[in-house]
Amino acid sequence: MTADVVSDSLEQPLVPRPHLGRRRRWDWKLVTGAVLIALVLAWILFFARGTSAGAAIDEPGKFVVTLLDGLTLAGLYFIVASGFTLIFGLMRTVNMAHGSLFLLAAYIAVEVQQRMVGKTRNITSDDVDMWSWALPLLIGSAIAAVIGFVIFAVFLRWNHGQELRQALITLAISVILADQILAHAGGLAESMAWPKGVTHFTQIFGQRYATSRLFVLAIALVVGGALWLWLNRTRMGIVIRAGVADEQMVRALGINIGIVFAITFFVGSFLAGMGGVMVASFAGVSTGADGQWLLHSLVVVIIGGLGSIRGAVAGAVLYGMVSAFAPAYLPRDYTYYSIIFTFGLLAIVLAVRPYGLFGRPE
Amino acid sequence: MNETIASSRRTIRTAVVVAAVALLLVMPLIGTDFFVNFALTRTLILGVAASSIVFLSSSVGMVSLAQYLLVGVAGFTIGNCVAESGKGLKLGLNPWLAVVIALAASVLVALVLGAIGSRTTGIYFLMLTLTYAVIGYYVFSQVTSISGFGGITGVDPPGFFHEHPVRIYFGLLVLSVVVYAGLRALRRTPFGLSLEGIRDDPVRMGALGFNVPLHRTLAFTLAGLIAGAAGVFNIWWNGQIDPTSVAIGPTLDLLVVAVIGGIGNLEGAWLGAFVYVVANNYLRSLPLVDHIGITEARFNTVVGALVLLIVVLSPEGLSGIFAGLFDRVSRPRSAPLTPATAGGPAAPPSSTNQQPTSNMEEQQ
Repeated sequence: MTADVVSDSLEQPLVPRPHLGRRRRWDWKLVTGAVLIALVLAWILFFARGTSAGAAIDEPGKFVVTLLDGLTLAGLYFIVASGFTLIFGLMRTVNMAHGSLFLLAAYIAVEVQQRMVGKTRNITSDDVDMWSWALPLLIGSAIAAVIGFVIFAVFLRWNHGQELRQALITLAISVILADQILAHAGGLAESMAWPKGVTHFTQIFGQRYATSRLFVLAIALVVGGALWLWLNRTRMGIVIRAGVADEQMVRALGINIGIVFAITFFVGSFLAGMGGVMVASFAGVSTGADGQWLLHSLVVVIIGGLGSIRGAVAGAVLYGMVSAFAPAYLPRDYTYYSIIFTFGLLAIVLAVRPYGLFGRPE
Repeated sequence: MNETIASSRRTIRTAVVVAAVALLLVMPLIGTDFFVNFALTRTLILGVAASSIVFLSSSVGMVSLAQYLLVGVAGFTIGNCVAESGKGLKLGLNPWLAVVIALAASVLVALVLGAIGSRTTGIYFLMLTLTYAVIGYYVFSQVTSISGFGGITGVDPPGFFHEHPVRIYFGLLVLSVVVYAGLRALRRTPFGLSLEGIRDDPVRMGALGFNVPLHRTLAFTLAGLIAGAAGVFNIWWNGQIDPTSVAIGPTLDLLVVAVIGGIGNLEGAWLGAFVYVVANNYLRSLPLVDHIGITEARFNTVVGALVLLIVVLSPEGLSGIFAGLFDRVSRPRSAPLTPATAGGPAAPPSSTNQQPTSNMEEQQ
């Protein structure tokens, strides 16, 4: 038996038949995927007459608005999930407390904004200038970042590599944090007010569209661009990417990777907090938003691949599109089933790529 | 030398379990109604459900957060089949037939979910199953034809269990013993052994010709059956079920139960459930807890701190701590001392804790 194997492997080049087999299977998957996409597009374009949005050829405005909604959601998903995936990519730590940091920052920012404006209720955008929106955002995110850093320094530094133990530790921390947030903030839904300049409506294909949503999209693009610059154009970013690829080698080169870990955790938690404040301005937050947005981050990184920023972009866009299009283009009586489409997206991606679109196996 | 320790450990372990079951059998005679029909019954439900997590984690190396969803799937199925009024499908079927359908439903759901996740491992699997759990919650709370947000109420158990909470308790005790004995026996079968092989080295098992994804899927399906059985008793005991009872909170609580007990020991599931339920019901009446400002509503902070403490000190949970204590007591007697172990207290606690547990897992 061994002789056969040896002669086989000697005769053929290093990556023989399995690769070919894979290519052929990939083509089959591509065809299925293309057919699926074509069917969905055809439905949206021509047949979706009984839905709340209507077929796209009849109602181009609603289509564009749904598309923009999807992109806006994708922007929010990306801000929250990029922090999650950054931490995981470098440290293999699944930070289950990510959602708690998100919620904590949101509540702190709401509190700070109330103090700055001097009102505790009925704050409208007329009371809020850009400064009294941006400063709460920074304060909330910074506190989330500091708490994330403390969690790392106290609980995660000494058990690096024990993935499950770290997940359980952050899980316990998230239980405590959620309970304490509930104790101090109460179970009420809170929301931030947008600054004065961004609350107009613009006309898009005859549809009114809130400028604040475009503002969210713009911030997401800025965050994405800054992350890209940081990871690709600075020394620190190069070290982080090297650490993702081969942590042992980075250590061997004499780089103190502990500091890099700490900074990554700080930035990742900052992004969680920033996402929290954005969502608090966008739709408001309440208890339970922590679990919900942990789920959003998980879906994005499972689709996109853990640890990859490109994957976070792809996952956020796909998930945002499904979240926006499924309720708008399902027949009216079936709108409630839109959650199943999220699951379907997850199942399809995992069936084709078990580690996500841009993920790599352990 | 480890042979004697392992076999004496196994004997003692069996003796402890038999003693615990005997105690539970006579408990209705000595305990209060509340203790038996509420605390212990809930312990057994959580214990059976958590045992499916422990089985998956210790035998296959997959930590699942979807088990409470499967408990819920069985419960919602029974609710839809049995209830004659209110929300849901209102099929009004025979309650025993409903049990068969519910178990089939949770097995089927587990089969599909397991197949989707069968090629992911470790931390990916944990996250994927957490996603299942949350999506399941949204499905039950949004799809009004099977439940809707208010859930299904007025679900009666079959006549034999109706108005007889002690019978539900004994039924759960029988289920617990069957599940425990079955899972321990499974470890000695070829299927159980190949699962452990897959846990330790999936690539090598694949190269030896084992169908790794299929084994994982089947293990997850079996765990789904166990969770479904727990779900049947859960809805009989509660009489109603709503989406909040399968939300992220209870889902994480079940993992917390498994972690408190020890995610590597099957007994830990029931031990953890007991500690959790007792803490939940009796901690709040302690004056000390009141004194430091942790009231009834802050129970989660206490549980979170407890889990944090356990995971930081001993990842093997309470049962791991007990096993470690047992080894420390028994080692000088039954094993020749090496200089390192003779140093006893000077040796780092982690090594004395972890060494025996890995031995024990091999010997089971």
